[in-house]
Amino acid sequence: MSNIPKDLKYTREHEWAKAEGDRVRVGITAYAQEQLGDVVFVELPKVGTKVTAKKPFGVVESVKAVSDLFAPVSGEVVEVNGELPNKPETVNQDPYGKGWMIVVKPSSKADWDQLLTAQQYEELLKQGGH
Amino acid sequence: MDTPLKRTPLYEAHVKAGARMVPFGGWEMPVQYAGIVEEHRAVRGAVGLFDVSHMGEFEVAGPHARVVLQSLTTNDVAALAVGQVQYSVLCYPNGTIVDDLTVYRLADDRFMLTVNAANIDKDWAHVTQYTEHGKDARWTNVSADTGLIAVQGPRAEALVGRLADQDVTKIGYYRFARGRVGGVPALVSRTGYTGEDGFELYAKAADTARLWAALLGAGHGDGVQPIGLGARDTLRLEMKYALYGNDIDDTTNALEAGLGWVVKPAKGAFIGGEALEKIRAEGVRRKLVGIEMVDKAVARHGYPALKAGRRVGVVTSGSYGPSVDKYIAMAYVEAPLAGVGTELAVEVRGAAKAARVVKTPFHPSRVKKA
Repeated sequence: MSNIPKDLKYTREHEWAKAEGDRVRVGITAYAQEQLGDVVFVELPKVGTKVTAKKPFGVVESVKAVSDLFAPVSGEVVEVNGELPNKPETVNQDPYGKGWMIVVKPSSKADWDQLLTAQQYEELLKQGGH
Repeated sequence: MDTPLKRTPLYEAHVKAGARMVPFGGWEMPVQYAGIVEEHRAVRGAVGLFDVSHMGEFEVAGPHARVVLQSLTTNDVAALAVGQVQYSVLCYPNGTIVDDLTVYRLADDRFMLTVNAANIDKDWAHVTQYTEHGKDARWTNVSADTGLIAVQGPRAEALVGRLADQDVTKIGYYRFARGRVGGVPALVSRTGYTGEDGFELYAKAADTARLWAALLGAGHGDGVQPIGLGARDTLRLEMKYALYGNDIDDTTNALEAGLGWVVKPAKGAFIGGEALEKIRAEGVRRKLVGIEMVDKAVARHGYPALKAGRRVGVVTSGSYGPSVDKYIAMAYVEAPLAGVGTELAVEVRGAAKAARVVKTPFHPSRVKKA
């Protein structure tokens, strides 16, 4: 079973969300990067972009596949991982660390409570991941 | 109901090795083992083993086998000596492509054709349908009885040589010999689909797992790795080798696909020959070119190619090329825009991303031409 840190929340589309004060850091899970295989391209929004929960905010591409990245929460992008477009393999190497994608300032608290806990996400993976 | 996926004689070996299995052309095949980029690099830097047993093999034998093949394929079979292999194309009467294939001359009056897995049934219907009744040429579909392992990379010659009962350094490019490899009777062909030196080993289906194990065991010191279809695709893309179903199909003709070098009208009549002659005389309208992304983006099959906002073609294959460390693609573009250096764009998710036509292969070929 893939690594699923207990202190994070998750989407059904395999993004993780980490509360950092009034902000939320976002990336994709270890399971997601394993399924994708070698990540060769990452497209992220600019700082200041408004993102909407459950809607795509960017794209990650492996050799074989193109996948949308889904925002766990609605709000404004306040930070973007500028390293990733040049080093997309970081997503494979350190999905919960240096492979983070964006930091969002949420517009409300409601989205956060909709996210899966680590235990719920683990259940989702046990059922096949979708 | 879906037809169940077919499995090669190496299915168990792939699963045991932890390969990720995917459906491909009606077969359950390994797409990757360690990871596509790592496998790609192993082939360029050492040696990799590919299970290509899903590919089809037909034999045609008889006093008229040669003339039958002359009328079916675009290349000149008369130029093919016993022990030699030839890349060729099967065309429809309008010059579009049934399949691309290799033709082996096993004996004066006996040949083997290796065809794409997804096209076996279609090709079989085509070759038998177009074999005139009066001709003495007997077709046999030996696909199910035949396993095929490609051994590719700079260490391939050393690895196969260690296991072979003959001097494989004497087998020239696009030549083959019969013998034993790891004790298994095999046809040893100096061919491949990666741009590296190497061999394709044809064996009986029942012997194929033994051959695979022998190669993996003996190649440990060479850094041998099993390679999935994912890396097979990036390796061939870097060489601009066409893949049927992506870059060539029944809507593309052999000339626009850049396969004019295997279209030999001087040999006499063949299916599609007249149409191709007319196309050659008039000039092709579009050409399959290699393009490199200038803007960061992955061009993929079906994405439009643009010039000044106008649609001028379509991408047929595209990926990150691990050895060239660039985003590369193949695309059909209008003939006047096919020159090296032409600035184009590829439409990626609604945005025009800058690209340019470049010289191919993208990565230098290292096949043994001598």
